Amino acid sequence: MEQHLQSDRPGVARHGSRLGKRLAPYLLISPGGLWLGIFFLVPMLAMLSLSLQTGSIDTGFRQTWNFGVYPHAIGEYHKYFLRSLLYGGVASAATLLISYPMSYWIAFHGGRRKTTYLLLLLLPFFVSFVIRTLAWGFILSDEGILFGTLKSWHLLPSSFRVLNTGTAVVSGIAYNFLPFMALPLYVTLEKIDRSVVAAAGDLYASKRETFLRVILPLSVPGIFAGVLLTLVPAVGDYVNASILGGTENHMIGNIIQTEYLYNFNYPLAAALSFVLMAGMVIGILAYARVLGTREIEEYV
Amino acid sequence: MSESAVRAEEVAGAVATSILPRKPQRRWTRFILPTYTGAVMVYLVSPILVMILYGFNKTGGLKVSFKWQGFTLAWYRGLFDIPNLTQALKNSLFIATVSTLIATAIGTLVALALVRYRFRGRQVADMIMFMNIAAPEIVLGAALLSFFVTLGLPRGVLTIIIAHVMFNIAYVAVTVRARLSGFDTSLEEAAQDLGADPWTTFWKVTLPLIFPGILAGALLAFALSIDDFVITSFNAGPVSTFPLWVYAAARVGVPPQVFVMGTLIFTFGVSLAAINLLLQRRRVRPALAEASGAADDVS
Repeated sequence: MEQHLQSDRPGVARHGSRLGKRLAPYLLISPGGLWLGIFFLVPMLAMLSLSLQTGSIDTGFRQTWNFGVYPHAIGEYHKYFLRSLLYGGVASAATLLISYPMSYWIAFHGGRRKTTYLLLLLLPFFVSFVIRTLAWGFILSDEGILFGTLKSWHLLPSSFRVLNTGTAVVSGIAYNFLPFMALPLYVTLEKIDRSVVAAAGDLYASKRETFLRVILPLSVPGIFAGVLLTLVPAVGDYVNASILGGTENHMIGNIIQTEYLYNFNYPLAAALSFVLMAGMVIGILAYARVLGTREIEEYV
Repeated sequence: MSESAVRAEEVAGAVATSILPRKPQRRWTRFILPTYTGAVMVYLVSPILVMILYGFNKTGGLKVSFKWQGFTLAWYRGLFDIPNLTQALKNSLFIATVSTLIATAIGTLVALALVRYRFRGRQVADMIMFMNIAAPEIVLGAALLSFFVTLGLPRGVLTIIIAHVMFNIAYVAVTVRARLSGFDTSLEEAAQDLGADPWTTFWKVTLPLIFPGILAGALLAFALSIDDFVITSFNAGPVSTFPLWVYAAARVGVPPQVFVMGTLIFTFGVSLAAINLLLQRRRVRPALAEASGAADDVS
């Protein structure tokens, strides 16, 4: 298409000079470039700079290149980083296990109703994230619809509780991010050439073998994309931890939010955010190297 | 997935079953996956049902309670009885509208540049957008707050709008680009050959053709803006939006009006999506029939 555009057309030659054509893409992209440059890239540097300042909200902050904040932040809060990684990892794995069979069924046996199933899968996105989490808390609450009923039937001991535990946080994250896993899985499974699957059958592969040696390997890109799309937001999340986890199960996001918005300890908060970001960038780049960004973007 | 491929698979399956000896089909197992899928769907939808249901619960106090105490429409009638909540919802709608308009305009231009031209810096632009979408929200919010703190800019509606435009540009650009890449440029050439200047060509030919893509991008941006909690909470200062208000209220118990507003927003969004789906089907079906007819002619 680009070649087409660059061909000499009389209509264009009449109106635009070569210089104008060369400038056109930069003119088109400059508002977006400026906005993202000023409010996305520069703030990253501002965050780095803020992390190396010392002072307090009352006396003001001065740039002192205090690199000591990083060992301090990691030493003091590594527990929360590890917990976030654990919760996020377990939740991401749970969404994979829960959604794979479903995505498989929709892609291979959904028939004419595929679009309807996909819309059902997207339904949670029409409800605000915070309300969804609150409603999930309702379902998990000690005397709520689910466990209250089970307890009244004496199927669960009355001391049984999920809300305000790590399990509740993980289940909330898994609930909230499940569609981010299910959709890319569906897309890759749907793209698999059916004749390849049929060929496996013709060559006397059992259904099990067909799945393990043909379908599963071909769906690996979808698994990678799904893990990326669930793990990244899950590790940084703090809404689930604060609504479902009580006070004992805080994740790194809770700490960052508290330090920024309530304790005004900007250098520490910025250092923690920067460590979180650096860890994720390394992870994402490793991923992009394996997959290529284009392929991940396809699923975003 | 083309229909002919499905047919080929069916034929292959039929041939296989007729010629090759097969294990007897285990009847009941074929119900496992559909039942399982249904169960996961119920799991996904159950919090939504809870939200809708508890908007009708006749609670004693003004807080949502777990116990079902009878059906009432009181919370629908008194939807705007809580001034702070109403104000927060208004803020959300205003911020979403303004930021959607800005992000859609800017994002569409970015998409046009990326699809139409090959230029130095194109890959950098791609990379920045990818990073912007992939970055965890908390980092975007924290970085922007650090920037505003450094500048000494007080947080409020303006900073929220700046933030929302920032995270929406890439989403709009990606959505519009997806629709643009199948665009037939010969129509534009035809317009120019017929003497239209580039400006007229853009308004009369290009824009109407890519409008569905722009609309899809705008709807996505609006939805993301009105629902955003994390980035907003970092950059809101004293201003409250609907998600921020609900989150703050969650500690002491939310009033049923929150669930009612959630239900109304949900109904509105789903209706829009359903209408869009039906319109698409109407457009796609004849086209499909035509395509398969043509395919039959060829074979």
